[in-house]
Amino acid sequence: MDMPAPDPAILGRKAELVARLAEFLPERAVIHDPAETRAYECDALTAYSCPPLAVVLPGSTEEVSRVLALCHAMGVPVVPRGAGTSLAGGALPTADSVILGVARMTEVLETSLEDRMIRVQTGRTNLSVTGAVEEEGFFYAPDPSSQLACAIAGNIAMNSGGAHCLKYGVTTNNLLGATVVLMDGTVVELGGAHMDAGGLDLLGLVCGSEGQLGVVTEATLRILPKPEGARPVLMGFSSSEVAGACVADIIRAGVLPVAIEFMDRPCIEATEAFAQAGYPDCEALLIVEVEGVEAEIDHQLGLITQIARRHDPVEVREAADEDEAARIWKGRKSAFGAMGQMGDYICLDGTIPVSELPGVLGRIGDLSAEFGLRVANVFHAGDGNMHPLILFDANAPGQLETAEALGAEILKACVAAGGCLTGEHGVGVEKRDLMDHQFAPADLAAQMEVKDVFDPAWLLNPAKVFPLAASEARRGARLAAE
Amino acid sequence: MAAAVAAATVPVSVIGGGTSGAAGRGTALSTAGLSGVRLHEPGALTLVAGAGTPLAEVEARLAREGQRLAFEPMDHRGLLGTEGAPTLGGVMAGNVSGPRRVAAGAARDFALGLRFVDGTGRVVANGGRVMKNVTGYDLVRLLCGSRGRLGVITEVALKVLPAPETQGMLVLEGLDVERAVAAMAAALGSPYEVTGAAHDPEQGRTWLRIEGFAAQVDYRLERLAAALADFGPAEVVRDADAVAGVWAGVRDVAAFHGAPGAVWRVHCRPSAAPALVARAGAEAALLDWGGGLIWLRVAEGADLRARLGAFDGHATRVRGTGPEPAAPPEAPGVAALTEGLRRRFDPRGIFDTEG
Ligand SMILES: Cc1cc2nc3c(=O)[nH]c(=O)nc-3n(C[C@H](O)[C@H](O)[C@H](O)COP(=O)(O)OP(=O)(O)OC[C@H]3O[C@@H](n4cnc5c(N)ncnc54)[C@H](O)[C@@H]3O)c2cc1C
Ligand SMILES: Cc1cc2nc3c(=O)[nH]c(=O)nc-3n(C[C@H](O)[C@H](O)[C@H](O)COP(=O)(O)OP(=O)(O)OC[C@H]3O[C@@H](n4cnc5c(N)ncnc54)[C@H](O)[C@@H]3O)c2cc1C
Repeated sequence: MDMPAPDPAILGRKAELVARLAEFLPERAVIHDPAETRAYECDALTAYSCPPLAVVLPGSTEEVSRVLALCHAMGVPVVPRGAGTSLAGGALPTADSVILGVARMTEVLETSLEDRMIRVQTGRTNLSVTGAVEEEGFFYAPDPSSQLACAIAGNIAMNSGGAHCLKYGVTTNNLLGATVVLMDGTVVELGGAHMDAGGLDLLGLVCGSEGQLGVVTEATLRILPKPEGARPVLMGFSSSEVAGACVADIIRAGVLPVAIEFMDRPCIEATEAFAQAGYPDCEALLIVEVEGVEAEIDHQLGLITQIARRHDPVEVREAADEDEAARIWKGRKSAFGAMGQMGDYICLDGTIPVSELPGVLGRIGDLSAEFGLRVANVFHAGDGNMHPLILFDANAPGQLETAEALGAEILKACVAAGGCLTGEHGVGVEKRDLMDHQFAPADLAAQMEVKDVFDPAWLLNPAKVFPLAASEARRGARLAAE
Repeated sequence: MAAAVAAATVPVSVIGGGTSGAAGRGTALSTAGLSGVRLHEPGALTLVAGAGTPLAEVEARLAREGQRLAFEPMDHRGLLGTEGAPTLGGVMAGNVSGPRRVAAGAARDFALGLRFVDGTGRVVANGGRVMKNVTGYDLVRLLCGSRGRLGVITEVALKVLPAPETQGMLVLEGLDVERAVAAMAAALGSPYEVTGAAHDPEQGRTWLRIEGFAAQVDYRLERLAAALADFGPAEVVRDADAVAGVWAGVRDVAAFHGAPGAVWRVHCRPSAAPALVARAGAEAALLDWGGGLIWLRVAEGADLRARLGAFDGHATRVRGTGPEPAAPPEAPGVAALTEGLRRRFDPRGIFDTEG
């Protein structure tokens, strides 16, 4: 993975930049000592790292605006950062960039249960948004597995999703408004506490734009009443194909579970060894969760198990109580930790049409054998969002490269099956150079033109999302203009 | 289509079914040739169709598999006095969403991917046909609701949902707007998954819809009625056809059909609705989305925006005339971005669409 060489002219102006930032930011909000900037050298894609020129941690939209206006005037690239949990290298700095972190901006600005909304500063973590309304019986629906750590800032930038998206949608479906600061310091208000802003859907455009169009400082989020109850059922199958067919049948039947999670044998074995959840010995299992009160849950689980029985399940285990429910979820929730115990892994998140699950799982198996690396599958099956985990040993020379090459082949298989490169984690630097496989040059050009409008000088998070070769002329124009 | 746009030398106005009556002044460019369902995979909840496909065809196709468009697009013909058949492209270009929007989401929330032809005749694909997709920028949402200003949508991939087994509703009588909005907020804030919350001030009626399996609907209606006891006795309606009839009326603003005057659509915070209705001095009003959407019928030529004053939301005139533009004004920063995008995607200014 290449990053553009840092601009020596910018590196040479570090002292001036820091001095000018210090004119309006408190001392603790400007970090420039290399020993301290190192903490910001990477996100959760730790294979790549590079300390930034400086880090700023503004405390208000006003300060963010001044930082951006200054960097704009000085021609310094800016990389926005939330909690740094991106798995795609979205928050990876370059040596000539300023990291603009919103971690100090964590306030709840307004809550209205009547309007079912909450307005927060975007440095607030995902889980603490729910935390702010939970006692009143409400929650914020998008639930990435990283929700304890990740910030609303990153959720909006990546349009993050989670296990319960099948019913509640991803970030963009739960975002009502945002305050966005453009690279030149202009502050724009998009949407509000009402539904569907007038005019072009700029809010929808900013959501998922990976920090390339503007810095989001405040957000108005939709909150929902908590369901009365929820209960999972666990079902084991004799093959991944059968489990995949069962998923399609459940969806077709008109039951809309909140979650359908899938695990294959390698993943089941790893989690059993790690968490002893007592999962059945089988090739693939599904965890299906439905919501409502007891009677409704019984009814829906009845329908689901009836469908499952048509697929000769190895086992069907309904949770009789909270304790059993927790045990069913235990393995799934520790799946990533379990895989981490087994060594290093790359987590992909290509998404495919649900009907293609059996075929793509087969193809992944073949590729795994071909490249000689183990791949475990654990994913949100209801929406086709796969999570193949490629296991490798980072200390073995060449294995990271082999794992990356295998990952690229798997993602190409997802695209070939009518799917996409990433359903949750974003493109970042990780999938940047695969974009050509999903998009024609005109498709990418149209997207880059949007960036031209929001950030004509290509200073915001410039070397991400688009293949370097495709964005070179645009990024180059900035350097030439200096 | 791409060739037609590229070859255009005079402004064109994209026309789907023409039911919005808002075609613009340019030479009509019809999407009728882009008709047909190309893929429907019930087990994957997806449907792909040409933009010119009549909505009725899409809905019939889905109904055969027990599925539907969850965003419940409205039929504007009665309200606007227009003819023609609404198209999928027109619905997406207008982000047309009905009563269920409050629970299920807007039209754009169900658009998984699309193709469009921009003002230079360039064909662009964005999104795809999968449920979760964060690959690149979301031009799908940008085009949904763009009303033909950035490009001609040629094909749309949609997320579709199972149609519920049945539906029922509660009817509350005699509430004023303020109490009705409070009742709707309580209902939408309950765990009973209310999928429609509307209020007609003329009739003094408030409707709350619940959909699902029969036993579930019974149970939820009962619990909801109990939770709303403070708002007076609720009538329980379990005749699914009667329920469907009421909601089709709300969706299409049937109460305004044939009545004179200009019609406005106001999006606001539900809690602001009572004050806005009071300020509007309208001849008739209908509240949907728990108060988040207000339909107002006012005298032709009335300066409604001035009456409403500043609020969190916006007002669009969908029928009639007045001193102000039909579309809501944009703040300067937003207007600059809109203009920038229009210039990028339609540098020759070939798309002439009203509103
Ligand atoms: C263990 C683990 C599990 C995960 N599970 C999930 C999951 O289930 N679903 C899922 O979707 N993701 C998941 N992720 C990925 C990650 O948590 C999400 O992408 C998350 O939204 C990133 O949030 P963050 O605040 O950490 O953002 P960061 O990592 O700080 O940044 C992410 C991107 O957002 C941009 N950005 C940050 N702040 C702003 C801002 N204020 N304005 C504009 N742009 C900004 C950055 O430039 C970068 O491109 C997981 C990650 C880990 C480590
Ligand atoms: C002034 C006015 C404002 C309106 N505002 C709203 C509103 O805010 N919300 C709402 O829900 N409904 C609104 N409507 C109604 C809505 O536009 C139509 O009901 C819906 O688009 C019907 O589809 P159709 O095929 O008949 O579209 P048409 O009437 O043919 O076209 C509707 C609009 O979409 C454009 N269009 C049609 N097809 C395409 C395509 N394939 N690609 C690109 N653009 C296309 C047209 O140029 C036109 O601007 C409004 C109507 C009017 C008259």
